[in-house]
Amino acid sequence: MKPAPFEYHAPETLDEALRLKSELGPEASVLAGGQSLVPMLNMRLASPEALIDLRKLDELRYINVADDAVAVGAMTTHRALERSDAAYSACPLIREALGLVAHAVVRNRGTIGGSVAHADPAAELPSVLVALGGKVKVRSLRGEREIAAADLFTFHFTTSLEPDELLTEISFPALEQGAGSAFLEISRRHGDYALAGAACVVSNGNTRLAFTGVGPIPVFVEGDDPDAAAAATSPSDDIHATADYRRQLVRVLTSRAVGLARERAQVSG
Amino acid sequence: MSTRVFGKPIRRNEDERLLTGLGSYVDDISAPTAVHVAFLRSPEAHARIVKLDVSRAREHPGVVAVYTHTDLGEHDIELPLMIPHPCMPYPKTQRLLAHDEVHYVGQTIAMVVAESRYVAEDALELIELDYDPLPAVVDIEAALEDGASTTHTDSPGNVGAHLEQKVGDPDAAFREADVVFSERYSIERSAGMAMETRGVLADYDARRQELTVWDTTQAPLTIKGSLGSLFGIPYNKVRVKQPDIGGGFGTKVMFYPDEVLVPWAAIQLERPVKYIEDRIEHFIGSTHERKQIHDIEVAATADGVVLGLRDRFIHDTGAYIPYGIAIAQVAATQLPGPYRVPNFSVEFTAVYTNTVPVTPYRGCGRPQACMVIERVMDRLATEVGVDRVEIRRRNYIQPEEFPYHRGDILFADGLPVTIDSGQYDKQLDLLLETIDWEDFPAEKEQARAEGRYLGIGIANYVEGTGLGPYEGAHVQIEPTTGKVWVATGLTSIGQGLETALAQVAAEELGVEAHDVLVVTGDTQAMPWGVATFASRAAVVSGNAVAVAALEVRNKALGYAANMLEAATDDLELADGKIFVRGAPERHVTLKQVAIASNPLRYAFDDDARAATQFAPARRADGPQLPPGEEPGLEATGYYSPPHATWASGAHAAVVEVDIATGELTYVRYAAVHDCGTVINPMIVEGQVMGGVAQGIGGSFYERMAYDDTGQRRNASFMDFLVPYATEVPAMRLEHLETPSPLNPKGIKGAGEAGCIPVPALTASAIDDALSDLDVTIRDMPLDPCSLKAIIDAAPTR
Amino acid sequence: MSSRNVTVTVNGSTFEREVEPRLLLSDFLRHDVGLTGTHVGCEHGVCGCCTVRVDGEAVRSCLMFAVQADGAEILTVEGLAPAEGGMHPLQEAFKECHGLQCGFCTPGFVMAASAYLDEQQRADLTDEEVREAISGNLCRCTGYQNIVEAVKLAAKTMYGAS
Ligand SMILES: Cc1cc2nc3c(=O)[nH]c(=O)nc-3n(C[C@H](O)[C@H](O)[C@H](O)COP(=O)(O)OP(=O)(O)OC[C@H]3O[C@@H](n4cnc5c(N)ncnc54)[C@H](O)[C@@H]3O)c2cc1C
Ligand code: FES
Ligand code: FES
Repeated sequence: MKPAPFEYHAPETLDEALRLKSELGPEASVLAGGQSLVPMLNMRLASPEALIDLRKLDELRYINVADDAVAVGAMTTHRALERSDAAYSACPLIREALGLVAHAVVRNRGTIGGSVAHADPAAELPSVLVALGGKVKVRSLRGEREIAAADLFTFHFTTSLEPDELLTEISFPALEQGAGSAFLEISRRHGDYALAGAACVVSNGNTRLAFTGVGPIPVFVEGDDPDAAAAATSPSDDIHATADYRRQLVRVLTSRAVGLARERAQVSG
Repeated sequence: MSTRVFGKPIRRNEDERLLTGLGSYVDDISAPTAVHVAFLRSPEAHARIVKLDVSRAREHPGVVAVYTHTDLGEHDIELPLMIPHPCMPYPKTQRLLAHDEVHYVGQTIAMVVAESRYVAEDALELIELDYDPLPAVVDIEAALEDGASTTHTDSPGNVGAHLEQKVGDPDAAFREADVVFSERYSIERSAGMAMETRGVLADYDARRQELTVWDTTQAPLTIKGSLGSLFGIPYNKVRVKQPDIGGGFGTKVMFYPDEVLVPWAAIQLERPVKYIEDRIEHFIGSTHERKQIHDIEVAATADGVVLGLRDRFIHDTGAYIPYGIAIAQVAATQLPGPYRVPNFSVEFTAVYTNTVPVTPYRGCGRPQACMVIERVMDRLATEVGVDRVEIRRRNYIQPEEFPYHRGDILFADGLPVTIDSGQYDKQLDLLLETIDWEDFPAEKEQARAEGRYLGIGIANYVEGTGLGPYEGAHVQIEPTTGKVWVATGLTSIGQGLETALAQVAAEELGVEAHDVLVVTGDTQAMPWGVATFASRAAVVSGNAVAVAALEVRNKALGYAANMLEAATDDLELADGKIFVRGAPERHVTLKQVAIASNPLRYAFDDDARAATQFAPARRADGPQLPPGEEPGLEATGYYSPPHATWASGAHAAVVEVDIATGELTYVRYAAVHDCGTVINPMIVEGQVMGGVAQGIGGSFYERMAYDDTGQRRNASFMDFLVPYATEVPAMRLEHLETPSPLNPKGIKGAGEAGCIPVPALTASAIDDALSDLDVTIRDMPLDPCSLKAIIDAAPTR
Repeated sequence: MSSRNVTVTVNGSTFEREVEPRLLLSDFLRHDVGLTGTHVGCEHGVCGCCTVRVDGEAVRSCLMFAVQADGAEILTVEGLAPAEGGMHPLQEAFKECHGLQCGFCTPGFVMAASAYLDEQQRADLTDEEVREAISGNLCRCTGYQNIVEAVKLAAKTMYGAS
């Protein structure tokens, strides 16, 4: 289990990274924290000709907490964001979900940008972003644009980024006054990818849910009806669980997450 | 006074080196000039190879050699059948490198040797392999149906072994019974999954014709003998060392193709050759165990006393059967557990499938047997209307019935099953107290009122341990350090043997355990012995060390008597000194005796000089070393057990089931363990707790999943779910010591015990948690999805 | 496949080596630097045997390339003890509590737990907290209980009153 050879680039600036990205095209992979990419390289499930390592791009490591949103640079590690009390007060859902992403040692390296760009349907953060109605910034030599969370995830492990684009910032809307949120999941072992997970936000009587692990992308549902939520998902069978079982989990998670989020909304409101 | 070290929770001698990163596991052995191996493994479960072209791989820069079976010459062999038995119609073992037919995903086809493992893996991608797929046999029941395709195209069917055995008159028992029922239980395939994968490093010195092999094996002496005879190298010029080993669990006993091929390549290339299996290879190339399906019929009295059992089971042996019927036979003999069961018959069929070969994994057939008999007891309790504790008490073998002869059924040592000792009622009492059995109903009710489903489960087991034929030990008082040197032929696989054996020697020799240096797994340090498996190390080696150490003690007292000019009877040995009773100032140290015992005198240190102040160690007028005497203070001892000694245990757990999601949580766990006289309770507890964690894995997390075509579906730690600390509960352990009458130290084995009862008691606990529903767990392991399906299918009571 | 120069500080000593970019940090430490206390159990990020500390943080060395550690300070199990030949209180606690059997997983646990203790700086750790903290590491021998005890004991030794 050793990776195939590759050319290694560690650009010093974002501009240099963007130039490499546009020159090398799809034959090059972006390396962020490596916690998803390196296992695939080691198993030779991926063998790109080149890696563009973003590790030197300190300009992509920041957490800006404003009244309306927590804006996070793509290379910010899970742990840095998890530790940020300011981010927690503005948007408690992030820390709650991050606590379920793998284990502390993985989160020390894993990045927010990597988790979002990787677009693993079983990952927690994409659902968080979708439930909150967040957005991301992407850059290429051609310029910068914003993509709403709802438009970002297109399929298993696929986003609407163009091949020459890099994800640079992830913006999580802050929780409104009196709102409540919850992230719950069922996983086989603590820290595993979820069999099913639910990110829930209730504010002003509205309920927004996004589910993890039950479709090719995070499944967004408005309202608190467990059956409607289950019907909106399109889970599949795998060695850990059947599609039917996952749908059942969606029902359970819906009522539990909505209940918890409402409870929290009352406490804070 | 001599400090007692036997029976004490002494901290381990091996820890400091392991904790500071100074252990030396096979991959840690420095071999800067070594070349590295990667294997081309079969991507298909069953196929005929039509093209195998390694020419491009051979040309790849950095590649030293690429071998296929055609390159092996006289060594193009099948691996040996380790344990033959007449009930195997066509015993199959694996070739080192496949010929034209492959029989499981992961089978070795070609071997690449390159300057680094990275390059070796690059070269694998350049090998051209074409094959015609053949139908794969995966399901063991379908494999036995008429017209089923066969695992090996040259064999008439899939029966690897078939054996019927009978004790008493089961048919009569069924005629007399008040209660008769039948059940079907099954357990899935799993594996040992030591954290260290397997590995081999071989170095051949052509000028001296010496082969040195470092191997993660649990049986270095077998490897030594085999390699010596295969390669025609003098026996004493083959040295096999098992350095530190990162867990064994049976998987590493032997024999794998790489254990022959790597030394063979080292001889061909005259360069050190190293192969370190990676984790994916470990999943598809190292052996598995567990899959069995049992159909059992039970006959009992209206009081719940079992009169007879009739069990028929099928056992998945994978693509080959290198260990013969070992696992199935252990399962058959342990089926009646700690219960009397005067009449029973067991018939098993080992079935070939196109899957990874099956050899013993910690537990070796016992978790399956335990699951069957303990589930039977639970069902019988319901049938006759008594509780789960009472039904067991009514069937236990009682203390006065030992030794208890099972009748004509042979254990893995080839001898009739005779259970030497045990106190099963007392063991259960202790367990019930430890798990708070009496208070549990109230706890359950309280939880139920809160909408939570708690259940409690218990299970007992017995375990035949400490098999022969023998082990040996060499014990020496080092003349330079005065420390005790102990060498044994078997291996430490992480179970604290260095400390446990040190305690045995220390006790006999009146020294501290940390002054005893134990060498295991080096065929040059102790050339005779068997291996570490089947919970035998402490029993067989422990007693051998005691024999040798006692002889050294007697020699030391004899020499000291001469040196001190006193009578042996007046001497005492303690704290590393021998002194005249009542006159402690008249003493010699063990080191001084060791020095004096050697007629060759040298005086580099104070002790050596001091030793010359005493009278000679031998009173002799003739030669300094009289006939029959040996220099040095040392002895070799052997111990050969009459037959297996039977350890026992009873475990219990409280679990919680989330009926909405099928999730299972172990709330608390208790275990009572009886492995006879305990050398070091801390080590035994560690063994039991580790076994329990493995058992929990085998009850709710771990399962080797195959699809219909024989492809492995979860060959990684992402999907084969070894529990983390967050899945394993806190445990409370109690010891009961019923000494074995079979060996002088009274020791019984402890290595495998922990994992045996866990699936059985988990099933029992789940039934109890779901007592509102009519649920009976018959198949293990479960997972949330399958448990939820069972809950949904249950008619509410 | 051009080689690259990397300079890393491992346990206080500086090492400069030419490496292929694909060389895993775990292999670099074990075979290029010769510190074999860092073990490799899976090479896909699950077992935690390869855990080392890079610039203070515990990370999986099998999921990093040596080139990515250029300029970093690495601490491995060999460098944990304060003085040559001794043991760190955490290592002492593992021995005292029998928190290891085969010892293969142990360096990974010790490194992950040492980072956790340094972060927490307190004596009163609960079982739950410790289990969570070590939940990224697999052990096949111990059943974890004694590892949990060891980490708690180390916390008491390191941060307990008096
Ligand atoms: C044992 C283990 C358990 C895990 N469990 C979970 C879990 O439960 N839940 C979970 O969500 N994750 C889990 N992960 C994955 C982990 O969270 C990863 O860190 C994360 O998915 C990817 O982040 P990364 O920074 O490591 O990205 P990398 O692995 O470096 O990259 C991942 C992918 O994203 C691309 N990419 C990264 N950054 C950018 C960017 N800025 N712009 C464009 N593309 C980019 C890469 O090219 C690559 O394709 C687990 C990992 C391990 C090893
Ligand atoms: S070897 Fe790195 S996590 Fe297993
Ligand atoms: S002590 Fe062996 S794996 Fe942990």
